[in-house]
Amino acid sequence: MKIRLDNVIKTFETFRAVHGVSLEIESGELVALLGPSGSGKTTILRMVAGLEYADGGHIYFGDQDATDIPVRDRGVGFVFQHYALFPHMTVAENIGFGMTVSKVKRDKAEIARRVAELLRLVKLEGLGDRFPGQISGGQRQRVALARALAVDPKVLLLDEPFGALDANVRHELRRWLREIHQELGITTIFVTHDQEEALDLADRVVILREGKIVQQGTPQEVCRDPHDPFVLKFLGDANRLVGKAKGGQVQADGAVIEAAGVPDGPVEIFARPRDLDWSSSGPGVRASVTRILDRPGERRVMAQADSGEPLEFDVEPERQIEAGETGYVTLRRAKVFPLNP
Amino acid sequence: MSIISSRKKPPRVGDGPVFRRMLIGVVLLLGALLILAPLVIIGVEAFKQGWQVYLATLNHPDTRHAIMMTVVTALIAVPINTAFGVAAAWAITKFDFRGKRLLLVIIEIPFSVSPIVAGVAYLFVYGLQGYFGPLLEAYEIKILFALPGIVLASMFVTAPFVARELIPLMQAQGRDLEEAATSLGASGWRTFFSVTLPNVKWALLYGVVLCNARVMGEFGAVSVVSGNIRGQTNTLPLHIELLYHDYQAAGAFASASILALLAVFTIIAKVALERQGAGRRSRLATQSATSTGTSV
Repeated sequence: MKIRLDNVIKTFETFRAVHGVSLEIESGELVALLGPSGSGKTTILRMVAGLEYADGGHIYFGDQDATDIPVRDRGVGFVFQHYALFPHMTVAENIGFGMTVSKVKRDKAEIARRVAELLRLVKLEGLGDRFPGQISGGQRQRVALARALAVDPKVLLLDEPFGALDANVRHELRRWLREIHQELGITTIFVTHDQEEALDLADRVVILREGKIVQQGTPQEVCRDPHDPFVLKFLGDANRLVGKAKGGQVQADGAVIEAAGVPDGPVEIFARPRDLDWSSSGPGVRASVTRILDRPGERRVMAQADSGEPLEFDVEPERQIEAGETGYVTLRRAKVFPLNP
Repeated sequence: MSIISSRKKPPRVGDGPVFRRMLIGVVLLLGALLILAPLVIIGVEAFKQGWQVYLATLNHPDTRHAIMMTVVTALIAVPINTAFGVAAAWAITKFDFRGKRLLLVIIEIPFSVSPIVAGVAYLFVYGLQGYFGPLLEAYEIKILFALPGIVLASMFVTAPFVARELIPLMQAQGRDLEEAATSLGASGWRTFFSVTLPNVKWALLYGVVLCNARVMGEFGAVSVVSGNIRGQTNTLPLHIELLYHDYQAAGAFASASILALLAVFTIIAKVALERQGAGRRSRLATQSATSTGTSV
């Protein structure tokens, strides 16, 4: 089912959480709403679900205006961050709940068959008789997903679905959710503040800031071509230098970067830690190493430019560098934005 | 040497054997004198003149009537206050509205106001010289010095009990469960009965037990509005006082023994419910669900 948000607004008391957001989600698409806390992403998701009403604008499900349809009749599957499983019901009863309360009457055998099918889908065969308190967090979230899918929702909405799980389980569930989405092809929107999760999982990432969409696109588009410093910084670690552009070249603290098309004037330069090189002789940004963080795949060097700017970059695990060393940082690749005065 | 040993076991305030034993002894003694002894006296005095007299006093029409009054009052007041408590707790924990804090405070008022104040207030509202007195009299509706007045006064005093048990629990449980149920297509009533109620049932029962004990034992508010008409508007606590003033010690103690018995049953029910609450599978799941909820 295609979902369309048209200039949707939400205000809580005096705080405007969502400022006129318009967004189209294609049928069968897996979309991530990504943003820091307070960016309005959960509010948008809850409005699509009908758990909050929009103060302005419209939400369309296909061609139907769903703005005023109550959550009960909207036909969405909602998965909560903290699972929200009914603690007094078994896993099977939880999954079957939507079918038992449905206006469409189903007999017990039919419900049991569907529950068994869903348990198989979420790989929890044999756990139907357990209570939510007796299974792990990852299993609970899978039950929550099965429960949401049981009512054949038009759209699946997940609110920080892996936020309460530890890193390993989170990784596993991410891959698993992707598989399920591939299998069922249901339109899915999920909310996350974890950029890695959004980039790994989604067909399209919608980046939000203070209740507005700042950029949307495929993971490749947003990573390769961030529209502004906020998106760039939010998607991953970045070093920032201030410099001056002149005639398609940028100078900053001794480093020179080609920047065709950038108007002359003060600029901000952003570079990922992997795009920085370290050498003992110039040219480049003169800096001294303050600390080294050893990681499985690389060594992260924390340094300070002579101008005082902190710098972070990665070198090969074999590279010998020690704190206190001085040298020069060169930029292999960088993004340049004009600096607004 | 002494420094080393004190490091092994950090010294606590007053953690000496003499002090500890003295403290425990004093508490036990006071507990026995202030709480246990009076209860024992009730039992002893009630049966002082033997079983026959005990049963005879209880079988006295006035006593029987007083017991009945108390039971009827409880049968009316407790269900109404239970419904009120559930509704108030639901409203406060599941919705946001103006005056929510005020409602919380209002519910608490009966805890902080002396019951006799409530009684007098009812007197001013429904009494002959009160606001609605003449109107009620014109239609021959008797509220004061009759069962309705007793029920109203009892309800005022016990209004907070159920709500106070439910609100913290329902607050801890949040709204996720209800939202999940509605998103799955459940109606409001269905959500309440299949999702909300099962998760608060022990707390609810606990509140009901405490509410009932208080309704049956209420003296102050009821004594103002009932008029103490023997065999007509006397509840058990009022009847006990009356018997005592009539120098019928055996009767007073026999009647008191019934209320004491009620207290014992209440305590047993209370402990049993607490055990249920702590040991039950469903509650365990609730606790783990809420604890994972809050730990992140």
